[in-house]
Amino acid sequence: MRLEPRADLPIVLLVLYPTLAVFVSLLIAALLVLLSGASPFAVFYLVAKGAAGSTFAFLETLTRATPLIFTGLAAAVAFRAKLWNIGGEAQFYMGAVATVALGTGALSLPAPALLPLLMLAAIIAGALTLLGPTFLKIRFGVDEVVTTLLLNFIVILFVSLLLDGPLKDPLGLGWPQSPRVVSEAQLPKLVQGKRLHLGFLMAVTAALFIWVINARTTTGYEMRAVGYNVKAARFAGIPIDLVMVKTALLSGGLAGLAGMSEVAGLKGNLTLDLSPGFGYAGIVVAMLALLHPLGVIAAAIFVAGIFVGADAMSRSAGVPSYIAQVMVATALLCMVTAVMFTRYRLRWR
Amino acid sequence: MVLRLSGINKRFGQLLANDAISLTLRRGEIISLLGENGAGKTTLMNILFGHYVADAGTIEVFGRPLPPGEPSAALSAGIGMVHQHFTLADNLTVLENIVLGTESPWRLNSQSVVAARRIKKLSAAFGLHVDPEATVATLSVGERQRVEILKALYRNARILILDEPTAVLTPQESKALFGTLKSLVNEGLSVIFISHKLNEVMAVSDRVYVLRGGRLIAERETSKTNRVELAELMVGRTIPEPKLTKQTPGAVMAELLDVSLRMDDKLLLDRVSLQLRSGEILGIAGVAGNGQSALADLLSGLSFPTKGDVRIEDHNYPSLTPSLALELKLARIPEDRLSQGLIVDMSVVENLIAERYRESKFSRLGFLDWNAARDFAIEIVREFDVKCPSPATSVRLLSGGNMQKLILGRVLAEKPRIIIANQPSRGLDVGAVAYVHARLLAARAEGAAILILSEDLDEIISLSDQIAVAYRGRISVPVARANVTIRDLGLMMAGHGFDHAADAEAEHAA
Amino acid sequence: MEAIEILSTAALWAAAVRIASPLIFATMGELLCERAGVLNLGIEGIMTAGAFAGWLTVYLGGDLWLGVLVAAAAGAAFGLLHGILVVPLGLSQHVTGIGITLLATSLTYYCYRLILPEVTTPPKIVPFSPLPIPFLSEIPLFGDALFRQTPLTYLAFVMTALVAWFLYKTPAGLAVRTAGENPAAVEAQGLSVTAVRLSAVVAGSALMGIGGGFLTMSAFNSFFFDMINGRGWICIALVVFGSWRPGKALLGALLFAAFDAYQLRLQQLAGAFIPYQVFLMLPFVLSILALIAMSRRATYPRALMVAYHKGER
Repeated sequence: MRLEPRADLPIVLLVLYPTLAVFVSLLIAALLVLLSGASPFAVFYLVAKGAAGSTFAFLETLTRATPLIFTGLAAAVAFRAKLWNIGGEAQFYMGAVATVALGTGALSLPAPALLPLLMLAAIIAGALTLLGPTFLKIRFGVDEVVTTLLLNFIVILFVSLLLDGPLKDPLGLGWPQSPRVVSEAQLPKLVQGKRLHLGFLMAVTAALFIWVINARTTTGYEMRAVGYNVKAARFAGIPIDLVMVKTALLSGGLAGLAGMSEVAGLKGNLTLDLSPGFGYAGIVVAMLALLHPLGVIAAAIFVAGIFVGADAMSRSAGVPSYIAQVMVATALLCMVTAVMFTRYRLRWR
Repeated sequence: MVLRLSGINKRFGQLLANDAISLTLRRGEIISLLGENGAGKTTLMNILFGHYVADAGTIEVFGRPLPPGEPSAALSAGIGMVHQHFTLADNLTVLENIVLGTESPWRLNSQSVVAARRIKKLSAAFGLHVDPEATVATLSVGERQRVEILKALYRNARILILDEPTAVLTPQESKALFGTLKSLVNEGLSVIFISHKLNEVMAVSDRVYVLRGGRLIAERETSKTNRVELAELMVGRTIPEPKLTKQTPGAVMAELLDVSLRMDDKLLLDRVSLQLRSGEILGIAGVAGNGQSALADLLSGLSFPTKGDVRIEDHNYPSLTPSLALELKLARIPEDRLSQGLIVDMSVVENLIAERYRESKFSRLGFLDWNAARDFAIEIVREFDVKCPSPATSVRLLSGGNMQKLILGRVLAEKPRIIIANQPSRGLDVGAVAYVHARLLAARAEGAAILILSEDLDEIISLSDQIAVAYRGRISVPVARANVTIRDLGLMMAGHGFDHAADAEAEHAA
Repeated sequence: MEAIEILSTAALWAAAVRIASPLIFATMGELLCERAGVLNLGIEGIMTAGAFAGWLTVYLGGDLWLGVLVAAAAGAAFGLLHGILVVPLGLSQHVTGIGITLLATSLTYYCYRLILPEVTTPPKIVPFSPLPIPFLSEIPLFGDALFRQTPLTYLAFVMTALVAWFLYKTPAGLAVRTAGENPAAVEAQGLSVTAVRLSAVVAGSALMGIGGGFLTMSAFNSFFFDMINGRGWICIALVVFGSWRPGKALLGALLFAAFDAYQLRLQQLAGAFIPYQVFLMLPFVLSILALIAMSRRATYPRALMVAYHKGER
């Protein structure tokens, strides 16, 4: 068995293979559902209904997709330049910390001034968090995969420390949580009485912004060149270290913004379970979107739909909601396999 | 008859690499596969050895059919192959490289003492001297080739394939290799010798198969043919020799003064001094790995000298970077097109602007002007005769020759004042080689100062005004082309004429 | 003063060896994968799966050693999946590894919830008990630290020796090392790069599975969510710290565990003025420092993370 690079790619395959990938991951999920004794069709129906069966459900899905768009973009930007940022989780929390630090009364400004300031603070906090591993990569050649992963654990402990100390909610009855942000620091809701907030539009804008950067700017060009072939990029005089730093700032900043959006738009305060793995799920979103910023929006909504739908399904059908995470993980593996088959053809001899 | 290939066909995408090729090999015979780069020689041998599977055709070894696509089957049938790019693990010892795969994987311990004894015996019998306990990384290129041959002999190979074995050797080392081949043949082995060098083919083989464009063009007894006939068969048309018109060199454009480069405790360049003059080509000959890459990297802005001065137009540049080099109109043609010269997953346009995308012509305030880039690319593609479907084509899909033309277009379009060309024609077919040479000579006529580094001695001799030799990080004093012979150069490539104090230090550093 | 006295207590060193044991298994597993040229970022998930599989076997009435085997098998199964995706199919080792971790973890949690839908406190099993080695366990300090451990700890040390001997003394080990240095050399000698790398990844992942199983069957007596808690990532750092050599990696794991055991005790001493989170961060900080310290010195396998496509041109 061997792989042969394809010279050209029929459009049919470009559509067929990803479709096949989704189908295979559904099939695997169906088998797991069978294990639980429930009917896969009933379960899938309930998941779909829970994700998009009503306006309420769909708005809930969009709400959940908001942080995923940000972390998905963070991963997509970094992976494009082959900066393996697996630390979205850490950057997310640092963004949230910055939001809470400045948004719970430290600054008394009107909302139009305070909100941009909080965004900026969250971007800086997230960006700086990724800058450390990037510096170690540039200066010492330390693999950023491991350092960003380890940083996830360090940061969550740091947050825990803050919630016991400086950011502790005096009215929290001992729960590890921060005080709520002031009302000027809250993102307005998009639909009256629903949870969807301005963060969603921010996320979509961010995707458009990254799209423009990728397609139109020298920075986007540099990041692509470095990602494809760092040796040739260096030879041509592209400033590799600077590009890495730019990528890190962009990627970390986006993940930090996710933390700000969750605190200021949805939860109102910082807790240790603010992120149910948004950083890791962002990697899946980015890969499902084939690293395309606009694809990230669609992929994030898809992944969020599975999570939201599975929660609803779990309550009524009794199948553990972890099925959603299994589906997302299999979708990731199937998708990267499918992409490989669009570039190579399998020959049995 | 020990080997028979019949009707071998192999297609890679659009390219028909082997078209119905049949050949035979007898016991105790050396045959040559002669053909220019891209003629299909290596593909054919990779099919024989099982790296590739033929689309059609059969292989018989000692009368038995050889199962396709299994190197292990080829090895056990008695076929040994010395690849052009050695297949050795650098951090392992010679012994480990040789015994790999010869013992059952279920064995609980390796019989290294017995193996070492056998290797020493084989070394002595065929003049392939190398220390079995040495780590491959410490060996010279010539020694590595000996390890490759020993690998085959250790497995009792009866048929030995050598793919362009002399490309990495000095003329004298090549001669020693031919001696080894003769002694192997006297022991009853058969040898397939792949080359594009006519005099070697004439010197070593009994029969010659000529390949061109994937097809078998001719078969000749060596005793009944001559260089002229083989050259015509191989190329199929006459290619004009590069003409070096007389020209008085101008001012010194770039200069190295006593430059040393040390990296990871290795002395890569040792007190190198040289001058590049306007309108003159300085050629550096030498066996691979004697400091040529370090010299090219230094002048390309990829590394900085540990000691000494790099002067360009009378200014000292202790830390020349690629972008600074570009500002100084110093053009660089890198050694390896695929890994260093081009970003093969990007388009022709994107590759052509790689060195210049920040210029105001192509970008403003950080925004790229793709229309300007596309126009520029179309112009270069036309001027440098790059064959590609469109400027948006991924470079991966171009042939080697067209990739090199793309690099030439990128670096020569702006009329550089200095050109550093490292292995500018490596792996190209004759037509593309001629094109590259013509372009370099045109640049020389326009007054560029040119440095050419090449392992191909013929290329150095046909292009250079001045010739120097690289040996263990040292560069000899250049000599005018009219005053050197191939024999002298060969001796220098083996280290003659370099002072021994330098050798000792280089050895110590290594 | 007390902080220094702790260093001379046998309990500290016994704890260090205990803490090191799962790390040793998993580090040897990762080392085997990486020596063959395959980065296995599935390690965190594979350890989770191994921890669960071993615990479940014993919980359902199986023997403890059967539990170890099942943990190894669970690890091997995910290793096989990772191997197939990154070796013959040549997918990105980074992305696939993360995917395997996500898959193995979520699948484990799914199965756990499937079997025990309602429980809040996970059921306990009877784990391996310490097995003092006659005579050796009587040696002061050393005896307590090294020879009053559970059989699974002894196995960790035996495994290190086996891995070292396999890599450096057997023909198959030579093939693994060569596959990590230059896969073309493996193929040119008639061996299959795919077979060599795949076997190494499967075997290495089985060791990671046992490493996870150690936590549920020897260190603790139950399965908790998030119980691996970054140990897998730390093992990846340990492989780098050990320069891809089993002996050095073992030393690294022991050093690391000694430090971890020491900080646990310091925490009891100094917990009043220094928040406990600082101590919990130390292992991760230490791993990063180890990576920085070794970054320039290590001679890594040359073909690590380089996919090999047979017959590619």
